[in-house]
Amino acid sequence: MHTPTDIPSTRVSVIVNGQTLVRQVECRKHLVDFLREDCGLKGSHLGCEHGVCGACTVRLDGQIVRGCLVLAVQADGRQVDTVETTTPSPALRALQDAFIEHNALQCGYCTPGMLMAALDLVERRPDASREQVREWMSGNYCRCTGYQSIVDAVCTVLELQKAGGLKAQEARA
Amino acid sequence: MKSPAFDYIRASSPQHALQLLAQHGDDACLLAGGQTLMATLNMRLSQPTLVVDIGGLTQLAGITLHGRPGEETLRIGALTRHVEIEESPLVALHAPLMTQAAPHIAHRAIRNLGTLGGTLAYADPAAEWPACVVALGGTLVLLGEQGERRVPAASFFQGLFATARRDDELLIACELPVIAPGQRHHFSELARRHGDYAIAGLAACATVQAQPSSARVNAQVSGQASGQASGQASGQVTAPLGAQLSDVRLAFLSLGDRPVRATAAEAVLAAGPLNPARIDEADAALRAELQPFADLTHSAAAKTQMAATLMRRAVKALLAQ
Repeated sequence: MHTPTDIPSTRVSVIVNGQTLVRQVECRKHLVDFLREDCGLKGSHLGCEHGVCGACTVRLDGQIVRGCLVLAVQADGRQVDTVETTTPSPALRALQDAFIEHNALQCGYCTPGMLMAALDLVERRPDASREQVREWMSGNYCRCTGYQSIVDAVCTVLELQKAGGLKAQEARA
Repeated sequence: MKSPAFDYIRASSPQHALQLLAQHGDDACLLAGGQTLMATLNMRLSQPTLVVDIGGLTQLAGITLHGRPGEETLRIGALTRHVEIEESPLVALHAPLMTQAAPHIAHRAIRNLGTLGGTLAYADPAAEWPACVVALGGTLVLLGEQGERRVPAASFFQGLFATARRDDELLIACELPVIAPGQRHHFSELARRHGDYAIAGLAACATVQAQPSSARVNAQVSGQASGQASGQASGQVTAPLGAQLSDVRLAFLSLGDRPVRATAAEAVLAAGPLNPARIDEADAALRAELQPFADLTHSAAAKTQMAATLMRRAVKALLAQ
């Protein structure tokens, strides 16, 4: 059997939050460890590290993914967006405000993943019902809030968006 | 946990991937969408020394319609993502079973990366796609050094995580017969939470012969007379009367070591006009033929009960469409 004598690594170039970062990474390293350890971006969290909890949710080429189920080398040449994005959209800002307003976090560990999943929902399913919000967010675990306040916060932003309130916020900012 | 160390090569073509598989044998493993492999790597359940990433082989992705009108086949490339199947108008039109099943696969973030081929090749008995392609009578296309070969879905799945794919082959596509006139599809599953593995699930197809017009008229009249909402009335009570099913195919997931066809129940359902007695008879046949595995939280008896419930719901749904 062939056994690697050292830990194989490779050079990657990833566009993280709009900035191209070139790093030497171990082939085995997943995207969130890469973001946290090699890019200094601690916003994306690791909970279960096998794709169940959703705390590591980030965007890869514009689509939400489990950051722990993607290798850093797979992201080579691609675009990654995290909760630390330097150009937060009005929807992301509104979600952050709504999470605070509704007490949709306690310890905050799940919040970055929640925000990334909710942002995708707000952008892709602007007409989602409360039930659809629950279903969409069911891939993200929270052990503090009991979820009601998180669903409340997301629904508030959906309502705000329908009423045209997100653009107004942008103008204010 | 963290994955063990491995080397990583991005395959530049299907042939390149085949060469690497031939060269490295059991030490290599294929990375498609990675939504199962990455979890098993992180948990150190698999410890390859080489990961061959085929995710960039765009020629193995995509959904296309082939063949002459009337004999068309829907071909879905192995690297097509779950979410692409979920949102494909072609799939919705020609294989609505797949469209119905897709939202049950984990969660959006996982469906964005997970692939049809990865799921089929992994052959988890709790997965949705294997049951769907068995119910649809699909064909799996495998590529080896010698060229392509085709394996019917029914013989592709050979046991727990075991398939007809040889170690030196790539699963490159799945071909599905398009839905025929009068044919209807229904997918449903029971899980503790949305996105969890199903405790039991059912992919069902059948051809429904229009019920005799007299029965339909009577049904409508009785529905109105009793003051029930007409939608409820047709779904719950009146629709089965007189309707005739044929080509019934019931493929259950999470009940055994592979997708499980319920051929005895299928035969009963197709044996004559549907009525409550026939559905009861199918229920009894189903309970007699199924031998589900118990899991950590559900006994075989509980799974049998769920399977029977799913079948009754599926019959109702097929008739109500």
